[in-house]
Amino acid sequence: MRGGRTYDTVVVGAGVSGLTAATRLAEAGASVCVLAKGVGSTHLAAGTIDVLGYTPDRVDEPGAALSAFVAERPEHPYALLGTAAVAPALRWLTEHVAAGPQPGYCYVGGGLDRNALLPTALGAARPSALVPETMAAGELRRPDPVCVASARVLRDFHPTLCAANVSRAGVEARAVELEMAWERPDANALGLAARLDDPGFRADLAAQLAPRLRPGERLGLPAVIGLRDPHGAWTELERRLERPVFEIPTLPPSVPGIRVFDALRAALTAAGGRLVMGAEVVGAEREGGRVTALRAAGAGREVRYTARWVVLATGGFASGGLVLGQDWVVRETVLGLPLRGVPAAGKPRFSADYFGEQPMARAGVAVDASLRSPELENALVAGAALAGAEPWREGSGEGIALTSGLRAAELVLESEGVSVAA
Amino acid sequence: MTDVLHELLRGSLDHCVKCTICETACPVSNVTPLFPGPKYVGPQAERYRVEGEPPDEWSVDYCSGCGICTTVCPQGVKIAELNAHARQAVKQARGFPLRDRLIARPTVLGRLGTPVAPLANATLRSRPLRALGERLLGVHRSAPLPRFAGRTFRSWARRHTSPPAKRRVVYFHGCGTQYYEPDVGRQVVAVLERNGFEVVIPKQDCCGLPLQSNGLFDDARRYVRRLAGALAPHARDGTLVVGNATSCTLMLKREAREILGLEDDPDLALVSERTYDICELLLELHHRGELDTDFRPVEEVVAYHAPCQQQGHWMGKPAIELLELVPGLQVRELTARCCGIAGTYGLKRDRYEIAMATGAGLFDQVRASGAGVVACDSETCRWQIEHGTEAPSVHPIELLHRAYGL
Repeated sequence: MRGGRTYDTVVVGAGVSGLTAATRLAEAGASVCVLAKGVGSTHLAAGTIDVLGYTPDRVDEPGAALSAFVAERPEHPYALLGTAAVAPALRWLTEHVAAGPQPGYCYVGGGLDRNALLPTALGAARPSALVPETMAAGELRRPDPVCVASARVLRDFHPTLCAANVSRAGVEARAVELEMAWERPDANALGLAARLDDPGFRADLAAQLAPRLRPGERLGLPAVIGLRDPHGAWTELERRLERPVFEIPTLPPSVPGIRVFDALRAALTAAGGRLVMGAEVVGAEREGGRVTALRAAGAGREVRYTARWVVLATGGFASGGLVLGQDWVVRETVLGLPLRGVPAAGKPRFSADYFGEQPMARAGVAVDASLRSPELENALVAGAALAGAEPWREGSGEGIALTSGLRAAELVLESEGVSVAA
Repeated sequence: MTDVLHELLRGSLDHCVKCTICETACPVSNVTPLFPGPKYVGPQAERYRVEGEPPDEWSVDYCSGCGICTTVCPQGVKIAELNAHARQAVKQARGFPLRDRLIARPTVLGRLGTPVAPLANATLRSRPLRALGERLLGVHRSAPLPRFAGRTFRSWARRHTSPPAKRRVVYFHGCGTQYYEPDVGRQVVAVLERNGFEVVIPKQDCCGLPLQSNGLFDDARRYVRRLAGALAPHARDGTLVVGNATSCTLMLKREAREILGLEDDPDLALVSERTYDICELLLELHHRGELDTDFRPVEEVVAYHAPCQQQGHWMGKPAIELLELVPGLQVRELTARCCGIAGTYGLKRDRYEIAMATGAGLFDQVRASGAGVVACDSETCRWQIEHGTEAPSVHPIELLHRAYGL
């Protein structure tokens, strides 16, 4: 008996680009299955939607900056996708989070017109096109003073450090550290967020904070304001404390990132899409210029997934989508697709300046505007596996993931004869 | 630990990048300070453990062994498997309480309880006797214990002859079906026969999973080897082994090798590769166009919970795809973590409260779902869900059986 399953499309990877592509396909009525080795980058990312933050100067108006940016970089994913594709992708995410499982929770911000400038956990300014509503009041262009507060038990967040750097950015800021009773030596962001879903805990927290705050100050808290009900938790804190309250992204685990994952997963499964967690793709079958099936790890044996289309959303080096071997050869791990941007033999691969331009950084799968590798006609690539971008220096990761994920899905639908409304 | 296992587990350790994704998924560490989480007691603490030296730690014993950390890890670290070994070493050093030796042997309990089922069931539901059992044995007085059916599945299977058919499967029914839920076994057989399978039901015993999760590895190895030996002769010519208990089939597929280190047992190697969960098998049939989908409408709202060890099969949630084929049946996927029970974990006096706190999120989702029935693949999880919510909980196969009108 020949085992396995068959779907119209198999998406590899459950980060933002994979979940976006799969959800778009499922909502158009296609049968789609996401194979994921594990949970993806969402749980580690800040939860902001960064489209273009640096070129390398800081960008205030990402929409306006994009055309010059891609003109100089014809092999950048944004150049392949077309800058006009970004705005619909942002709209798509906004709608899906708003319709998601966290009631009332939504993304806000200037989108392509204007980047928000929000503090990171270190208090550095980070430009983002869209931000969770719970972060928006952290805007560093606003003049009103900031109080950064946290509980000492959250050991990975240092309000004093954050506030000092916010001050250096030109906004008056100070820090408050709360002593919070906690039943273990340290708390993580997720544990605190789960507590903030509880109205009783929120009331206690507000009561503890209120006497420590000064008139006219807005309050920055680590991003732990609720997991299931962030909107309810956040609005209640604002009401009780009678001032703007905003979340500041934390070190992993990232609560706002988990909210994105929860929203996209809910949309995917509601539309009939499937998600197989733990199923690392370990092999592929090809026939001529087509991939006909993927083989994924299942308990006890490999499982064969047959599909007409494959969307590769496996990420870059950090996610294992690309691997630099001990032989110094870079490989794309699922289909072995040809790459672009890998420094030639004998040329420098890395530079000693960690945050400088890294020769290896733009390595990725070489695709054309149809997101296809010349080798395979039915495999499309989305997200950080694409060549040509340096998301952490450009501040472009989510923009590329969303736009390419959506585009990959729409290219599949067009090829299948499904009309795609703009 | 064998060399192969050592390589698999310790070799995966250096892939840990401390991303904390396992911590976000751990059902236990998120409700109790007693368990610091899979990353701490797993990849982090493992670096300080020396094989053969007595362990100086207790927190790893609060791991319930659900295994979800390994499933969500994006780097392929064998977190749950490492922790199972660490837990075993701790328990070994401390000595195994009588309770753990007893509740880890469903066959012994089943054989004792079945002939005197009415008395046994009355005993297990008597509050004074349960209070006594809690004091003497350490089984929590409120923990959900199943009812003995009073007749075993095998007593039915012995009299049942599956009609000869072109394709055959071997049915691994497990202890839950054998002693507590023989009807589920009959439904599995009927659904398989409806789909053109001749069902072979060899004599079989426990897979050893409860022993393994209680740290009694040597006993667990004996059980699982014996089970593999009983199933293997029937599985040699390509015949598949099908089970309905996803925790027990996971033992055959993966845990016997990746936790108990039985990678050299040829019977187990054969059985491991051929074992299917019943929903997994039916879904593959469906994808080949070979599933009988002539279902009658079932006007019902069902909430589906995928047990942690079901997710450890790395096969997604085939029950949902199957149940969605039934006209009228509205399927609501529950996304909360674990129900808490983890086999025998939630039965223990000092673990019961943790298990109930773990399951609280799931219980809330069940109540909010508006479902009249909960579907779940694992029997101990079903009993825990019924205990936590009073919602009737069934194996997905029961709904398919109804939809076939069998």
